[in-house]
Amino acid sequence: MDAVIGVFNAAPLWLVILLKSALLLLVVVTTFAYAMLFERKILGWMQLRPGPNRVGPWGLMQPAADAAKLILKEDLMPKTADPLIYKLAPFISLVTAFGVYAIIPFGESNGSVWSIGNVNAGILLLLAISSLGVYGISLGGWASGSKYPLLGSVRATAQMISYELSMSMSFVGVLILAGTTSLSGIVHAQQSMWFFIPQCFGFLIYVITAVAETNRTPFDLVEAETELVGGFHTEYSGLRFGSFFIAEYVNMLTVACIATLLFLGGWNAPFGLTIIPGVLWFVLKVGAFLFFYMWLRATLPRLRYDRLMAFGWKVLLPAATLNIIVTAIIVAVRG
Amino acid sequence: MRKQLANVGAILRGFSITFSYMFKKKPTIEYPSRKKQHAPRFHGLHELRRYDDGKERCIGCELCSSACPANAITVIGAENTPEDRHSPGERFAARYEIDQLRCIFCGLCEEACPTDAIVLTPRFEMADFRRGSFVYSKDRLLVPPDAGIGTAPDERPNGIPSDLGLVAEVKSTMDPATGYDATHRGIILKTQRRGLAE
Repeated sequence: MDAVIGVFNAAPLWLVILLKSALLLLVVVTTFAYAMLFERKILGWMQLRPGPNRVGPWGLMQPAADAAKLILKEDLMPKTADPLIYKLAPFISLVTAFGVYAIIPFGESNGSVWSIGNVNAGILLLLAISSLGVYGISLGGWASGSKYPLLGSVRATAQMISYELSMSMSFVGVLILAGTTSLSGIVHAQQSMWFFIPQCFGFLIYVITAVAETNRTPFDLVEAETELVGGFHTEYSGLRFGSFFIAEYVNMLTVACIATLLFLGGWNAPFGLTIIPGVLWFVLKVGAFLFFYMWLRATLPRLRYDRLMAFGWKVLLPAATLNIIVTAIIVAVRG
Repeated sequence: MRKQLANVGAILRGFSITFSYMFKKKPTIEYPSRKKQHAPRFHGLHELRRYDDGKERCIGCELCSSACPANAITVIGAENTPEDRHSPGERFAARYEIDQLRCIFCGLCEEACPTDAIVLTPRFEMADFRRGSFVYSKDRLLVPPDAGIGTAPDERPNGIPSDLGLVAEVKSTMDPATGYDATHRGIILKTQRRGLAE
């Protein structure tokens, strides 16, 4: 192990970053693949079905079969589509979805944080990258030259902008408590108490807005099958559709990572259970959050669009603002 | 406010329901490897039976063809000759074809047959790739010479023939008292009949 670390220290920085990126990409893509299988299994069980179980033992090769299917599908493009933007949009989604992982820390050992880049304004960069993700969806729907995708992308733009606002506001409470915008700094600030206890209100707002940000049930109006066929990705097929699909799941994973870092104590062990390494705690927390997401999808029906917007602007935004004010006052009074 | 709280309670109850369903036993019968038990007189693929001596039962009378409400059966009879004898009677079916895409599996051919030659078996897996292959002629309908005489309509087996696969381990859907299917529909029918009797 020490030898490996020695080689790492001697290697030039660009090589280290390249290796870390490749490793992380592999981990994230595999996690995506099995998160998808996990979701289909959980949804199946909750709907009294066994879920996918034909490919491999317990359906474990299902992601590989799905990938093969998507790769072999024909790549269609409507005549009315804007070719450049139509082809570019899935990559915008994909790049922004993966880009976030450049700054997410997963653990810590010997005082050094496990991440590609440990940025001191991490949370701001995170918000900046993830809000670019809406371009992929809205441009993709717009460039398809078809009405359902257009409706989907209009919805996406409105929904993601209004919920992003409340989401950023729910972060502010955490930032006030932690006194830093560095992600690893926020985790360090949670050593004595995880922020979802003092920030329970903020956590609730974050969980709701995160669902809306990743366009998942009950806020999946962007791709509401019953109204909009497939929403923004109606005209996409094959790998281009696959890119949107991967981006959606990776965003889901990102949102779970952020919840873990900001509210669930990151890699801090609960009840002093430090025997289990921090990374494992991180993974467990992310997994629990993902499970909650799937549980939510199996339980709640889709909201009506006007109610979604009303809820975002009239309930969540005032609540998030109130949360900031109260947190700020308490922190100021207690010094 | 109270209404809002009640709504939150309803959502939480929804969560508890989905969670508890996760651990419930799944009613799925994983079809190709396991099959559902059929009712004893299930109407599936037809079979042309033989007599004990191996002669065909069908005498080419075309009664099945005229009884068929879907016009699915074509029979062309021919005379037996002493050199080329197929059935004990005067005539036999030179051609016997059933279009399984037209057939509605009503079993009227079985009722009409004077020699119990045509019988509906419990076999139901007939999927194929070409339309033409759904027209079953004698080569597929007639019981092969070395495979016995076929099953009489009143001694048809309960469920799936053993060569078709494993029967799922589900609770028997048969009610031995009434012989009726004790699925939901069966239970309703039973209660309805009980109501009529009273």
